[in-house]
Amino acid sequence: MTDQQRGPAGAIHDIGYRHYDGPRLGPAYIRRALFLETLRGAFGLGRSARSKVMPLLLLAVMVLPALVVTVVTSYIGFDTLPLGYTEYVVTLQVVVTVFLGAQSPVVMSRDLRFRVAPLYFSRPLSRSQYVQAKYAGMVAALVVLMGLPLTLLLAGALLSKLPLDEQLPDYLRAMAGVLVFAFVLAGIGLVIAALTPRRGVGVAAVVGVLLVLSGIQATVRALAGELGNDTFTGYAGLLSPYPLVDGVTAGVFGADSSFGEGPPGALGALVFTAVAVLLVVVCYVVLLARYRKALS
Amino acid sequence: MSGLAFNGTVASLTRRSLLGRKRTLVLALLPLALLALCIFARVLGGIDSGIERELSGRLAPDLLAAFGIAILMPLLGLIAGTGAIGPEIDEGSIVYLLAKPLNRYSIIVTKLVVAVGVVVGFGVLPVAVAGVVLTGEVGAVTVAFTVGALAAGVAYAAVFLLLAVASRNAVVLGLIYALIWESLVGGLVPGAQALSIQQWSLAVVERLLGDDASRLGVDAAVGLGTGLTLLVVVTVAATVYAGRRLQTLRLNDET
Repeated sequence: MTDQQRGPAGAIHDIGYRHYDGPRLGPAYIRRALFLETLRGAFGLGRSARSKVMPLLLLAVMVLPALVVTVVTSYIGFDTLPLGYTEYVVTLQVVVTVFLGAQSPVVMSRDLRFRVAPLYFSRPLSRSQYVQAKYAGMVAALVVLMGLPLTLLLAGALLSKLPLDEQLPDYLRAMAGVLVFAFVLAGIGLVIAALTPRRGVGVAAVVGVLLVLSGIQATVRALAGELGNDTFTGYAGLLSPYPLVDGVTAGVFGADSSFGEGPPGALGALVFTAVAVLLVVVCYVVLLARYRKALS
Repeated sequence: MSGLAFNGTVASLTRRSLLGRKRTLVLALLPLALLALCIFARVLGGIDSGIERELSGRLAPDLLAAFGIAILMPLLGLIAGTGAIGPEIDEGSIVYLLAKPLNRYSIIVTKLVVAVGVVVGFGVLPVAVAGVVLTGEVGAVTVAFTVGALAAGVAYAAVFLLLAVASRNAVVLGLIYALIWESLVGGLVPGAQALSIQQWSLAVVERLLGDDASRLGVDAAVGLGTGLTLLVVVTVAATVYAGRRLQTLRLNDET
């Protein structure tokens, strides 16, 4: 080979790479894709078989009582469901807690642990859009988790020839409650999970916080009941997310409180709603702040 | 079998991974919540004589059983038990420990001892203090619940340590056991309570309280013999099996 053939040093060669000149789908498309990926990822879809076991198992545990109630209702012929729509989620709150604990690190921590979050932000996707997509994905996953058994319950009730006009109002109340539950719980879970890149720690932290809060709430409620002060008993529900949202469902949508003592009067309903909204807003702001700074 | 001994280096490494500066603060929140609750109850007791009466009756044991044994112990056992070895296996740094000429059983025993230490420091001692705060004395209730909490804590730590060696989903599996099996299923299906660390340790509490147990509303689902035997068997078997699993640990099957 002569010097001539090798060409001058440092020349830029055109080796045939081409530009992309087609339409670009933009941030809205990325956000939608991220939302869908989060929702699917929360149930392990599009991930390995091992990652599917836990969320689908928990979904099954969540749905199972609804099926049992349906079968029992149609065989024995009750005229009401033995387990009502609005108390369903509260009765199975442990399952929801474990799901939230197991899956919010999946949604948040993996991007941090494998350091791929910066790659998202090198696309035309702002940090607030990233947080919105993740939050919306987790909310949707929780709505599926809690809404699916309720819908099955309604279907079962109708199949057992219970009248629709008696069932539907309670079902709608419960579904509205599910939406509030999803926003409040997803906020708490994601904030805690976003603080740690370690999966195990995130799981224990999310469940620990919810469990300790509900323990404190139950004890304070018992003490208040002992004191014989109904107002105090009602407001004790503010201490833990489940009675908080239950109070909102009872106070605003007019369901029966599943914790016995709901928020006291219109003022109580207002306070419960305000606290729930505030909680969601604070969680969102904390998430934004977490992702605004450098990630580690 | 000289390797079964406690290993100081492994212990200090484990202690450091369990109790970093920030992590200690987070862990301390659990017992602090318990103590705050007890002080709150005590203050209310000062205001209202009904609560004062209840505190020397059922309220104190109820609180200690519900918050101390049913919530604090499984959570701490989970954090300490899985935290002692789980992250190391997850990150793959366990290889450096396994490559040393150490008996694998000795690694497990050491990590268990450290985990139990954490459980005692952040769980059992606070339960003892809570008992004193609630009842105002170092009486039968305090002693019984402290011993019960210790028994539960040791068993939980051993079982969850095994889970961490055996599965990558250790934390979730542990939670499913502690919450769904012991609380939810145990509440609906009485038979499930026979297989519950919580009930076994309550059996210990019940016996230590003696004749007062029924007056104080402490009622375990199993007898003392069964409970104690199962506690010991489960703790020892979990530790031995964890050692075995560590001998044949498969690395790098991250999927």
